[in-house]
Amino acid sequence: MLIIRCPYCEANRPEPEFRHAGAAHIVRPLDPSATTDAEWAEFLYHRDNPRGTVAERWRHIHGCGRFFNALRDTVSDRILSTYPAGQGRPE
Amino acid sequence: MVEIMVLPPARRMVLWGDTAVADRAGAAFGLALPHQPCRAVEAGTRAALWLGPGEWLLLGPDGDDPPLAPALADLPHSLVEISDGFAALALHGPGAARALSAGCPLDLHEAAFPVGMVTRTVLGRIGITLWRRAAAEWRLEVPRSHAAYAEDFLAEATRGMPGF
Repeated sequence: MLIIRCPYCEANRPEPEFRHAGAAHIVRPLDPSATTDAEWAEFLYHRDNPRGTVAERWRHIHGCGRFFNALRDTVSDRILSTYPAGQGRPE
Repeated sequence: MVEIMVLPPARRMVLWGDTAVADRAGAAFGLALPHQPCRAVEAGTRAALWLGPGEWLLLGPDGDDPPLAPALADLPHSLVEISDGFAALALHGPGAARALSAGCPLDLHEAAFPVGMVTRTVLGRIGITLWRRAAAEWRLEVPRSHAAYAEDFLAEATRGMPGF
């Protein structure tokens, strides 16, 4: 079981309290009707699937209920750090 | 020994707002809302439970009607009465943490889950709000339709435990 730190509860919590919520830092176009189909498809569907560190959204659904972001290593499944939604990706 | 009790109806309100809302609501409710994550404060028959950043569950006796809405009228906030949506269970006794551990993945040792801590978490297949009011006294806020499940789950968890 993964132990995930919730940046809002400020505590390490077990994985069953969380839901994965897709890639982080995907910015919705401000004016969707002005985008081309290719750009919209890129926003909706196209994601990288790298081997190594990825930034993901997670939700502490059975806890404080808030969305936050996490850096996770896709090889080891280790969560390297978590940070509040709205913050830039840490290095 | 574990005693499982269904608690009488209570007044429940969920408040969302910023620090100014919390301060004003605290004054109207009669106790300062906790800002530390996962903490509850009690005064008399009322209690305020931190559920998330800017979110509190306010508990009182059935029919309690603190003047929160007038106090908050000019501040952006959300105040929703959810009294009938939930039921409360109380768990007493030195085996209570062990019974809860049958379905709750949290570390319930007093060092990790001290008195005064509250959090939403899971119990078996359902979500609950778990509050440690004393070393061997717990209160569970359970969605009303899940209350029978929670009660049966805990009764089953205590079967065969020492003292039963």
